[in-house]
Amino acid sequence: MTQQFYVSPEQLMKDRADFARKGIARGRSVIVLTCRDGIALVAENPSPSLHKLGEIYDRIAFAAVGKYNEFESLRQAGVRYADVRGYSYDREDVTARGLASVYAQSLGAVFTAESKPFEVELAVAEVGHTIGQDHIYRLTFDGSIADESGFIVMGGQADAVVDALKGRWSAEQDFAETIRAAVDSLRHDGGTSAEPRAQLSSRTLEVAVLDRDPLTARGTVRAFRRIPAQDVDDMLSNERVSL
Amino acid sequence: MLPEDAASAIGRAASTSFSDYIAAQNPAALPSARNAANHAGAGVDLAPHATTIVSLTYAGGVLMAGDRRATMGNIIASRHIEKVFPADTFSVLGIAGSAGIALDITRLFQVELEHYEKIEGMRMSLDGKANRLAAMIRANLPLALQGLAVVPLFAGFDTTRRVGRLFSYDVTGGRYEEQEHHSVGSGSVFARGALKKLWKPNLGEDAAVKVAVESLYDAADDDSATGGPDVVRQLWPVVYTVNSAGARRIPERSLAEAAEEIIASRSVSGREA
Repeated sequence: MTQQFYVSPEQLMKDRADFARKGIARGRSVIVLTCRDGIALVAENPSPSLHKLGEIYDRIAFAAVGKYNEFESLRQAGVRYADVRGYSYDREDVTARGLASVYAQSLGAVFTAESKPFEVELAVAEVGHTIGQDHIYRLTFDGSIADESGFIVMGGQADAVVDALKGRWSAEQDFAETIRAAVDSLRHDGGTSAEPRAQLSSRTLEVAVLDRDPLTARGTVRAFRRIPAQDVDDMLSNERVSL
Repeated sequence: MLPEDAASAIGRAASTSFSDYIAAQNPAALPSARNAANHAGAGVDLAPHATTIVSLTYAGGVLMAGDRRATMGNIIASRHIEKVFPADTFSVLGIAGSAGIALDITRLFQVELEHYEKIEGMRMSLDGKANRLAAMIRANLPLALQGLAVVPLFAGFDTTRRVGRLFSYDVTGGRYEEQEHHSVGSGSVFARGALKKLWKPNLGEDAAVKVAVESLYDAADDDSATGGPDVVRQLWPVVYTVNSAGARRIPERSLAEAAEEIIASRSVSGREA
């Protein structure tokens, strides 16, 4: 019979956290930002079909970094949660807070009980009628939940992107300005000392937005829409394109 | 080798249906969960019924219209009920039959389409949508046999073939694609007669709206369970068009115009019908 070595709980948790962190830092960053027009979600993603950003419900979007199979199953579970809730109660009873809290419970349970923690970091964003009512929740692999304001950067060299974004983003911007700021910041993930990467184009970008008032703008209650590649390129090349 | 459960999960993933999911999780939430036990036909006069729906194709799309009356036996249960709904961006459905069940099926169908779109990241095909609706009507068959039937009419814009198409159903869930135009509900025979005379190939959108309103007027004329245009309360039929730009509700103002035009032309001629 093999003898199991004693490992202290502190060491065990630290090992698991290090393992998850390493997996998350391997990919590229995803940025979620609020602005005057709503919430913009920008991801560096070379695949046009394997999405990192997704729609959950009328005013709620999902963004993730890490292992695709893990966050995709969480996204689908989130869509089911929201649709069942909206069908059983009412559409306005589906909130990002409720969804973020079930995600936190699920991630926390996997972190302590399963053989391997999820190597993912999630954002659940809900657009309000004013900037003050916007919510962005950040969920990490261990089930921690944080209610952030302004913007969040997840995955890759997130700290370097946050530093770059601080001078470029402001809450008064419209979608085009915000998305330009986010894409520009993604180039600076090498840190302040390193040379920024070449300008990114729609081929390696995935961009989506949550409109603040979709009913008057597009006649639907669903605020989420993906920005087509052509529009992304126009936005990045032209200083004055609006959405 | 894959563990047995891991491989069988692939088969389960074939259905991303919301109604299948809720049937497994909470079957009581389904429209067909009502239990009318063994009271054959007893439901007929118990619950409000919704009546005439017409649908017709026109140049570049398809249109659906429904009157605003719900009846319960000889009583008018509602003058304001709406029986035509957008199912998603490119399709609409109209309902005739037991109103409560029909509204539940509509709500479930709307969530079903949106759920698929979000999970799969793309819209269901028009034929797929028509088949999902058929499955929901099929699930309602036991209640239909007890007098609580729901018969929908489904119309949508086929984004691959670039045409408007319409589908009718029977209570067993049979799905039939219709050409040109179709109507369901208690006043449908009269509406159908009117459509046969009024409908022409390649109608414009405005002309198609007028044809729909006039056929509903004829249905209301001869069927007591169908409501005509109500000038006192300013109530007009609910009309939706679906074309390559998506589903759009025709504004009240255009419907009032169309209805008043028909009333005026018939008053002037001063004939019996």
